[in-house]
Amino acid sequence: MRRFLTDRARRAVAASLRGATRPAAPSPAPAAALSRPSPSAPSAMAAYMARAMSTSAAGTPPVSLDTINPKVLEFKYAVRGEIVTHAQQNLEQELHKNPESLPFDEILYCNIGNPHSLGQQPVTFFREVLSLCDHPALLDKSETHALYSSDAIERAWQILEKIPGRATGAYSHSQGVKGLRDEIAAGIAARDGFHASGDNIFLTDGASPAVHMMMQLLIRSEKDGILCPLPQYPLYSASIALHGGSFVPYFLDEETGWGLEVDELKKQVDEARSKGITVRALVVINPGNPTGQVLAEENQKKIVEFCKNEGLVLLADEVYQENIYVEDKQFHSFKKIARSMGYTDDDLPLVSFQSVSKGYYGECGKRGGYMEVTGFNADVREQIYKVASVNLCSNISGQILSSLIMNPPKVGDESYESFMVERDGIISSLARRAKALEEAFNSLEGITCNKAEGAMYLFPRLHLPQKAIGAAQAAGAAPDAYYALRLLQATGIVVVPGSGFGQAPGTYHFRCTILPQEDKIPAIISRFKEFHEKFMDEFRDVSRDEAPTGATIESGGD
Amino acid sequence: MMGRKALDYEELNENVKKVQYAVRGELYLRASELQKEGKRIIFTNVGNPHALGQKPLTFPRQVVALCQAPFLLDDPNVGLIFPADAIARAKHYLSLAPGGLGAYSDSRGIPGVRQEVAEFIQRRDGYPSDPELIYLTDGASKGVMQMLNAIIRNERDGILVPVPQYPLYSAAISLFGGSLVPYYLEEEANWGLDLVSTRQSVAEARSKGITVRAMVIINPGNPTGQCLSEANIRELLNFCYQENLVLLADEVYQQNVYQDERPFISARKVMFDMGPPVSREVQLISFHTVSKGYWGECGQRGGYFEMTNIPPKTVDEIYKVASIALSPNVPGQIFMGLMVNPPKPGDISYLKYSAESKSILESLRRRAQIMTDGFNSCRNVVCNFTEG
Repeated sequence: MRRFLTDRARRAVAASLRGATRPAAPSPAPAAALSRPSPSAPSAMAAYMARAMSTSAAGTPPVSLDTINPKVLEFKYAVRGEIVTHAQQNLEQELHKNPESLPFDEILYCNIGNPHSLGQQPVTFFREVLSLCDHPALLDKSETHALYSSDAIERAWQILEKIPGRATGAYSHSQGVKGLRDEIAAGIAARDGFHASGDNIFLTDGASPAVHMMMQLLIRSEKDGILCPLPQYPLYSASIALHGGSFVPYFLDEETGWGLEVDELKKQVDEARSKGITVRALVVINPGNPTGQVLAEENQKKIVEFCKNEGLVLLADEVYQENIYVEDKQFHSFKKIARSMGYTDDDLPLVSFQSVSKGYYGECGKRGGYMEVTGFNADVREQIYKVASVNLCSNISGQILSSLIMNPPKVGDESYESFMVERDGIISSLARRAKALEEAFNSLEGITCNKAEGAMYLFPRLHLPQKAIGAAQAAGAAPDAYYALRLLQATGIVVVPGSGFGQAPGTYHFRCTILPQEDKIPAIISRFKEFHEKFMDEFRDVSRDEAPTGATIESGGD
Repeated sequence: MMGRKALDYEELNENVKKVQYAVRGELYLRASELQKEGKRIIFTNVGNPHALGQKPLTFPRQVVALCQAPFLLDDPNVGLIFPADAIARAKHYLSLAPGGLGAYSDSRGIPGVRQEVAEFIQRRDGYPSDPELIYLTDGASKGVMQMLNAIIRNERDGILVPVPQYPLYSAAISLFGGSLVPYYLEEEANWGLDLVSTRQSVAEARSKGITVRAMVIINPGNPTGQCLSEANIRELLNFCYQENLVLLADEVYQQNVYQDERPFISARKVMFDMGPPVSREVQLISFHTVSKGYWGECGQRGGYFEMTNIPPKTVDEIYKVASIALSPNVPGQIFMGLMVNPPKPGDISYLKYSAESKSILESLRRRAQIMTDGFNSCRNVVCNFTEG
């Protein structure tokens, strides 16, 4: 038997060596709009590794650009794209080595909603509780009371009781610790006035993995489409591309403060269907990113009705629910709206996403969040559970934090007052910064900017002169990307070009966060103004009456 | 017009429906139900040490607790409950993570921690390692998923996976729509690698039109517990070289070795020992985690992968995938830094750290022996010794 197998094996090996084919190259990847930067500054190490990476004698290496998953090649994620990489890799180095060579002394990252990186302080109570849960042995020491507030100690005990064995280092249930999910459900019910169940909660490493899970579930092929707003947070386009589906855009109306019209939704759905696309879900980001609008209740009701009529899953990205800056708007969860319209769990598939990364807590680095999944059959929920279980569970510290944000200190708790001071301080500061930046942008020639009613961003529109557009095209860049690069080079301010979020054709924008600390805002505004005015001077379209002589045309570039 | 709803079972992505992940499957769910009914259940289904009473190591917990609450560092009383080296180390990590634990880090992980990982790898293997090619991830599983997502284009792409395997691989291959190409470990030879039958598997797959792209090895093995010999690793590196396969080396159990005949050697070390052409040509991804070893910090979701001989443009694409997830969780990254750079002799916490670690490892070794003997003493049950 053994000899027979060995002979067979020998023959098979010989055959495979004769007939071994190289992996088939997939169809060429679409060309990137801007060239890719090299990953890092060369070092002796990199050079050594580069030599090691020289092409194989055996032909195309198994994992090369030609042979990796084309869906990976296709998608883009501008929030950490080109402009940011240039700032992080090239300019930071320049600043360090030749500080005099640049017209600014620090780089200001206004590209990403990452509050703590720009000086926002964490909420003390939350960190006390997390610290105690990270090192439960502290709870056995009397000295701990000298360092931690007593309600934080109390809460840590309560939380640890919910975790089997009080083991914060153990994998939990794949949906997250049951007791924490129940707490979150209670928080949701308190917020909305409608029942919520811990069994419907899936705790995840941030909201993004939960979004990916839903895309995974919903997308079977490129014939499955997901309705997404334009402009959108590019997680959605990236996730849809990665899962091989179709992105079906609906345009938010800039003229009406980025309004969401159901007529537009209907139009896009019908058009997609006429092209053979099965539209599976509607993504709504409320408050909006990058657009910052807060939906009115009436609007939300129409959206719910629309999903019901069209048989779509409603994917409600509500991660900015605590970031509201205007008195005349309030956050209403889509779940609350649906329930208030009389839709029960059986009527409407709805997934609501929340995160610890935003709000007043801004705990991006913790990777905490959840999705509340309602309106699905048991067998579908089983599948969601199954997908969640492959990753075992989300990080426990993030799970704990999710439960804290949905159940913060209450009146009468020892930490309540200081908690409220911190919370109100952060929200009111965000509101002031939103207003200051919005006013500044609107004061400039060629820029109009909708108000940031919520979230963490402004998305001003650039009314670029034709000359500027021409210069961008000559440089091989999208006009807003060109503007953003020039802005960076002149001021050190990093924003994300609007093309990274999608925009109505022929319009240009950029997304700027409102997150730099308040005391930096005046300097940012003045630097920005100076740059913008010069830029407009450089590229202003002149009328024939003022046809310039050669002398009046400024030479380009900073 | 209202027929199927979008999330009816029939309308789900087939790839999701095909996935099976038994570690938390039916049996586990039934056991959980029984537990709720009051029955005493001992869960030996998943590698989750702390859930079964293993205590976390003290030092890392102290450091991370301080990093969570940096305001403690200013408190005059902090020295009452935290040793000085934990305080110093917390300050060190906070200096590496501007914005603290609450800020997204670099999508690849905090550069300073990746540097610590690179130094660990260099000490372990004797070859330099580039921190730019080390990506921290939310657990090793996330890294495995990212790599398989990058490799698998369609159902004609096959991944060689050991049988028995840790079902993350079959699940991930299913989810990404690829093909699993099994290679059988030899139970009679202590779950050893049999390259002859592996070649057969490859040939068979190719005859069915499958392009075999990568080979997964799990060393030490899960569920089989064998430690690969150096000769074995050389064999399979040659095999990957000849067959043009990426080697995915799942080495998460490298700290869990319970015999002395076959210590852990990393695939990377063997590869560099072999010299060119193998050391230059074979594409290798190595995975590690804080979830196993004697740390057992599963709940932190800390892991990394290291890329060797991957073309720069491919690295860029992998970076792009990492960037949509924004960043791995920062506390988990700090756990990783602490694991690869633990207290040293002379540090205040060294003795305690060393005693705790030794005690866990020795206990695991004893239990490995007891359980193996126990199973072997049952009629009709034969059990290979769990070398790791």
